[in-house]
Amino acid sequence: MSKLSVDHLLGIKYLKNDDINLIFDTADHFKKVINRPIKKVPSLRDITIANLFFENSTRTKLSFELAQKRLSADIINFSSGQSSLNKGETLIDTVNNILSMKVDMIVMRHPNAGAAKFLSNHVDAKIVNAGDGAHEHPTQALLDSYSIREKFGEVKGKKVVIVGDILHSRVALSNIFALQIQGAEVMVCGPKTLIPKYIDKLGVKVETNLHKALKWCDVANMLRIQNERMDISYFPSTREYALQYGVNKNLLDSINKDITIMHPGPVNRGVEITSEVADSSQSIILNQVENGVAIRMAVIYLLASKI
Amino acid sequence: MSQKVLLNNKQVNIILHRLACQLIEKHTDFSNTVLIGLQPRGIFLAQRLKLILTEHYNVSNIKLGLLDITFYRDDFRRSDKLHEANSTEIDFLIEDKRVVFIDDVLYTGRSIRSALTAIQSFGRPSGIELLTLIDRRFSRHLPIQPDYRGRQVDAINDEKVLVNWKETKGEDAVYLVNN
Repeated sequence: MSKLSVDHLLGIKYLKNDDINLIFDTADHFKKVINRPIKKVPSLRDITIANLFFENSTRTKLSFELAQKRLSADIINFSSGQSSLNKGETLIDTVNNILSMKVDMIVMRHPNAGAAKFLSNHVDAKIVNAGDGAHEHPTQALLDSYSIREKFGEVKGKKVVIVGDILHSRVALSNIFALQIQGAEVMVCGPKTLIPKYIDKLGVKVETNLHKALKWCDVANMLRIQNERMDISYFPSTREYALQYGVNKNLLDSINKDITIMHPGPVNRGVEITSEVADSSQSIILNQVENGVAIRMAVIYLLASKI
Repeated sequence: MSQKVLLNNKQVNIILHRLACQLIEKHTDFSNTVLIGLQPRGIFLAQRLKLILTEHYNVSNIKLGLLDITFYRDDFRRSDKLHEANSTEIDFLIEDKRVVFIDDVLYTGRSIRSALTAIQSFGRPSGIELLTLIDRRFSRHLPIQPDYRGRQVDAINDEKVLVNWKETKGEDAVYLVNN
């Protein structure tokens, strides 16, 4: 088996198509493993992984933790609320202290863009970026593409629209890179205020009318409005956003096309999608969550092979 | 590089029939027995034995599974190459069954140790046996021996045992290759 071309997973933009295929093929095997009566393999029993979450997370953290446990790695968890960062310690000092406890790999989420890259330049461990500010969230993009591949057989040639708060979304940027590497067509859709000004330079289509966007696409990836990152008001009210950019059953029925609905979670039901749509047969939201564990197992396994 | 024929087509065929008969002697109608071919190379031997048992000895309903041991290997991160995973196909329960592992060459025994760990994910068998076509004597790293063996071979470490199957190489033969 060939190896990954990278030593860390810092972002999708550092990956090649072969890397993505290798991760997907490995994830196929792990998906079978996690559906067995005993869902565990001993591959990483001599590896220690630190999960450093300097920003809130529920599902990503759980998914990483589960993936690591399924691979039999030893893990330590750390979240900023309980840490010495509050006492004035720098990021490098915090991480080096953890590394001196003989940790081989670090999974990190951080509010600042570029934090994972910065860390990879300064510490001696494999780094997995679990989200850095509004920059990248590579494992989410991988599991999104993997879920599309699972549903359609391949990602190439598919039309994917990413709807919502593109401006503050690391999921959007990683998805754009991942989908383009694999040969999909990408569109972003949302209110003008939430679409970065020069995003068309990345080679994506821009659309502000949701109805038109849905008519165009095979897959719609609905993003959450990231209120916690908004320092000013980007749209008049949540109700108005929901009316303009929320997907409901009537809208889906009106386009007369069987499109697939995705969401990276957490879902704000009634805002970006209604409950009826989230729980419909067109939605693959829960498949995404299941695939997340298999994808993260594959990423960790492949990076660990380079330790 | 030189190579010597250890077993030709006819000899392989005789041995396969003998192994099939030995399995019948021990497992009779195979009602409580499952065959597990070890990926990647044990599967051809396992499929061939199933065919012989069914067609020549009228044993029906033989359960055959394929087991991949990649994620259970003890040399992960210790060898230069990353081993490619193959599919595991065991679509039946092995709880309380008599399992027969089938592989082409028994060498250090480490693959079998990995398989012993891997099979636990599918239940607790009542017993496990090992069948190999070639048993390389004097090269074991672990206390593992076959219950059924095709041919015992004394090969030194530089030598390699190469098993060819009709399905992949167009002939049934076993060679001793000297590098």
